[in-house]
Amino acid sequence: MHELAVTESLLAIVVQSAKENRAQKVTDITLSIGALSSIIDDSVQFYWNHISKGTVAEKATLHFNRIPATMLCLDCSTEFTLEDDLIPCPNCDSINLNIIAGEEFQVDSIEIEKEEENNNETKS
Amino acid sequence: MKQRVEIVKRILDSNEQLAEQNRKKLDNHQVFAINVMASPGAGKTTFILQTIAKLSQSLRLGVIEGDTAPVTIDADKITAAGMPAVQINTGGDCHLDANMVGLAIDQLDLDEIDLLLIENVGNLICPAGFALGNHANILISSVPEGDDKPYKYPNIYRNIDVLIINKIDLLPYVDFRMDYFREGVEMLNPGLKTFAVSSKTGEGFENWIAWLQEKVVGAQE
Repeated sequence: MHELAVTESLLAIVVQSAKENRAQKVTDITLSIGALSSIIDDSVQFYWNHISKGTVAEKATLHFNRIPATMLCLDCSTEFTLEDDLIPCPNCDSINLNIIAGEEFQVDSIEIEKEEENNNETKS
Repeated sequence: MKQRVEIVKRILDSNEQLAEQNRKKLDNHQVFAINVMASPGAGKTTFILQTIAKLSQSLRLGVIEGDTAPVTIDADKITAAGMPAVQINTGGDCHLDANMVGLAIDQLDLDEIDLLLIENVGNLICPAGFALGNHANILISSVPEGDDKPYKYPNIYRNIDVLIINKIDLLPYVDFRMDYFREGVEMLNPGLKTFAVSSKTGEGFENWIAWLQEKVVGAQE
C-alpha cells in the first residue's frame, strides 16, 4: 500500500529534474528496484498513471530495472542469488552472509524532450 | 530534441531529509527516540506499557501512537498510564513517515522528555522503508506469528537495531523453532541485539530495560 507514497516521491524527483533541465516533456523513467525492497511494479505504474496527469511527466513510461538479492558467504566466499526464500550458503551451509545487492531503491535516469538549445540561447 | 538525464537519487530522499530534521530536533533537546514496529497483534502496545511501567520512576517518557483509523484506544491506554501521548491518524496509510512524526514532535514539550517511544502502524512491510528520525529501530516479533517471519519479510529485519521476541510465555503451546527463527535473523542482520520477553508477565524485561536506560543516559551526555 505504500506504493502511493513512493510514487508521489518519484513524481516530485522527476518534475524537479525536468525543471532543472528545461524539459518540455518527460518520456521515460528508469528505476532500480532491489528484490528486497518490497515494491510492486504494477502498483507503482497504476498510481503513476493517475498522479502524473497534468504534469510534465504525464504518460511517461516507467522502466523497472529489477535487481535480484545477491548474497556473499563470508566463510567460503561463494556468491549466490536468492530465488525465493532466504537460504544459507548453498556451498557450505553457513549463515554468515552479507547482502551485496537487492536493496536498491532509486531513480537512475529520465529521458526528456526539450526545445532546441539555439532558441533558448537567443532568448537569454 | 531528446536527451537522457542521469539522476541517481534515492526515491524516498525527501522523507530521509525530513527524518534528519526530526533527528536534529530530538538531539537538541537530548531526547532519545525509538521506533517500535511489528505486525498487528504482536503486542506493541502491551510491550510499550510494560516498558513504561518499568521506567516511569527513573525517566520522563513521551509516546507517539500511529494508527490507520481515528480510534484512540491505544493512546487512551498510554494517557491512562500518565504519559504525554500524541496520536497520529494516518488516514489509512500503512506506515508513519517523517513528516507525520515531525508534526507530532511539535506537539510535545521535548524539554520534559528523556525517552520518546514511537509506536508505528502494525505492518511488516511498509514501515521498513520510511525513516522517522529516531535513534533506534525496534522490531517486535511474537511467538504465535510463527518462526518463518525473517524468511518472509526480510526487509524489515535489515534496518533494525533491536529485536524483541515477544510472548515467550506461549512457547510451550506453539510450534516455534527458536533456532530456525534466529538463523534467519542472523543471515539478514548479523549480531543483532535480541531480547526474548513476555510483555504479559514481564519476563525477560530486565535486560531490555537496562539496554534502553544506558542508551537514554548516553544521549544526555
